[in-house]
Amino acid sequence: MLPPATVPDAVTTSCGFLLVLSIAVPVAGVLLAFVLGDRWVRLVAFTIIPIVLAIVAATVLVLPQSKGPLVYLLGAWTPPLGVALRADGLSAVMLAATAVVISAVSVFAVADFRPTAAEPRAPFAFWILLLAIWGALNTIFVGGDLFTLYVALELLTFAAVPLVSLDGRPETLQAALRYLLFALLGSVLYLLGAALLYGRYGTLDIVLLSSRIGAEPASLVAAALMTSGLLAKTALFPLHLWLPPAHAGAPAAASAILSGLVVKGSFFIIVRLWFQVMPGLLGFAATQLLAALGAAAIVFGSVLALRQERLKLLIAYSTLAQIGYLFLMFPLALDASGYLESGEALAGGLLQAASHATAKAAMFMAAGSIYAGLGHDRITGLHGVARVLPLSVLAFAVAGIALMGVQPSGASLAKDLLLQVATETGQWWWAVVLQAGGIFTAAYVVLVLAHALASSDKSVTLIGPASRPRDIAALILALCSLLLGLVPWEPFLPVPYDSTSSLFGPGTLFKLLLPVLGGVVLAILLSPWPHPLASSARWKVATRVLDPFRRISLAFGSLVERGNSVLCEWPAASISLLVLALLFGALMLVAT
Amino acid sequence: MSGTTVFGLCAAAAVGLGLYGLITNPQPLRKIIAFNLLGSGVFLLFGVVGRRGAAAGLGNDPVPQALVITGVVVAFSATALAIALLLRLFKAAGSATLSSAPMRADPDPSGD
Repeated sequence: MLPPATVPDAVTTSCGFLLVLSIAVPVAGVLLAFVLGDRWVRLVAFTIIPIVLAIVAATVLVLPQSKGPLVYLLGAWTPPLGVALRADGLSAVMLAATAVVISAVSVFAVADFRPTAAEPRAPFAFWILLLAIWGALNTIFVGGDLFTLYVALELLTFAAVPLVSLDGRPETLQAALRYLLFALLGSVLYLLGAALLYGRYGTLDIVLLSSRIGAEPASLVAAALMTSGLLAKTALFPLHLWLPPAHAGAPAAASAILSGLVVKGSFFIIVRLWFQVMPGLLGFAATQLLAALGAAAIVFGSVLALRQERLKLLIAYSTLAQIGYLFLMFPLALDASGYLESGEALAGGLLQAASHATAKAAMFMAAGSIYAGLGHDRITGLHGVARVLPLSVLAFAVAGIALMGVQPSGASLAKDLLLQVATETGQWWWAVVLQAGGIFTAAYVVLVLAHALASSDKSVTLIGPASRPRDIAALILALCSLLLGLVPWEPFLPVPYDSTSSLFGPGTLFKLLLPVLGGVVLAILLSPWPHPLASSARWKVATRVLDPFRRISLAFGSLVERGNSVLCEWPAASISLLVLALLFGALMLVAT
Repeated sequence: MSGTTVFGLCAAAAVGLGLYGLITNPQPLRKIIAFNLLGSGVFLLFGVVGRRGAAAGLGNDPVPQALVITGVVVAFSATALAIALLLRLFKAAGSATLSSAPMRADPDPSGD
């Protein structure tokens, strides 16, 4: 069960020092690597990564034994004057997921990052930024007050932005600058909210604040500002203008980190804010709005993903859709008295975040291998790639299967939990969206696999060497995501029933067939590129029947694309940010 | 009207101007300056909050001052990073714009 978060805890617990170490060791690594310079950077990184991995493992093992969260008071000052670090079940899950992803990416990056003539310092920068991102993420997961979270969030952005432009091309520099400026707008709104909360309640400590906060104008305005600021950093639709160019332009290892982990940082702060600081303030309408944005993100992201020409852009748009999926848990977590309950819905959301982190990182790594092998990543040019790069395609397939929610993946367990809560609370419309999300995910996975597995007329030549450690790292990460449903979650998250019992039932088959069949239909209807079956004579009848539907869906797709290009203009995106802040404020005011 | 009210109104004005600049100005450099204005407004608000004395019995609450100092450092680093990126972008592309129109791939020697 979740440890109770409302008890004022003002003592350092016995193993609390682990939390300090989980932040201090990566930061020490950054400084050390910076001082020692280019020659030693790998040695430093490969010393620090196992140490932090051990610290995180120790934290995860110690937490179930201690009653309640692990706490460390910095300098033994108690809040509100001091700063506390706390790790509860949510922190443990995210700490572990981050550690696994970063370890796999670092194995991948050893093979991938070699100093080139164009950018001799790119590997050096990559390793330093990797450690910096790890330190910042750990701070977000264990930070106990809203200002620490702000600083950690900024550190995360400052480490993530240079990762986007590692190769120094003008397009990626522009993407990085857009990302930085929009993220800064978001974080200033968050800081403004924090100032208002401090002014009213005299503390920013999460536990203290949750006991003091009430439904007053100051707290509602602060909640609206902080939420919309964090949404901008998470790139929830319609605030996603920076995400696709930034995530698709970065080198594969950097994309895996950005897409898998960095967006989860601000998502985690939203979870902390709504579930722990002000669970009683939001009310029905605001949570419905949040999930409606999520649903819109699923439709927009998936339709756009199916229309992309390049594999990396497809994966970037699929991240957009998956971010939307994470926000479906908010209305489901609301109980009858309008209070956000840290129950099964929250567990489902967190599980989805963890499984998306692993699966999406694996997908980007597989795409990186394919790009390195072929010299391009055009989806229509992937024919025959499964023969020359079988491990990369396998890793992509396993990650995709895990992501679409096939047993026993983490996504499947998350979907089960959310669907169950949706039935219990009678919110059937979110159950529909949850199923549709799985089908859309299947659509773009099927699309890529159909092209990759199709036979090619001419032999495929590799321009780069296929690297086995690179592919194996991606494959292991994808398998992690696929097996997440089998992990015993009870000590960390309230997962009520034993999910492994129904592993080989008729339900499993249905859960596999529904998304795959729906996905095939959607992929044929929405993808504008000639699909591999179009030329075969046997399918002529089917294609003739489907043709009018296909024309309608393609028109819908191009409409979505045009709408998206309007939303991705800077003024439109920043005005929708302000409008969202106003809407959240108004809805919360009505609710209280 | 007391001093804190005046400062509070100034903070609100700075935040408003900064937001306006950040949204409407197309040039990245002006956006960065507008972000700094916006940030100053927020820091001023923190100052007002400290002056009002949220902690009991103190004439002036020290915690917001510590927060402002940290915030200033963060905003400074953000500005430095943004300027560095902007300079790199100008060097690489020959122009500095955020519009998503396709850019020239190779640097134009006559551009700078």
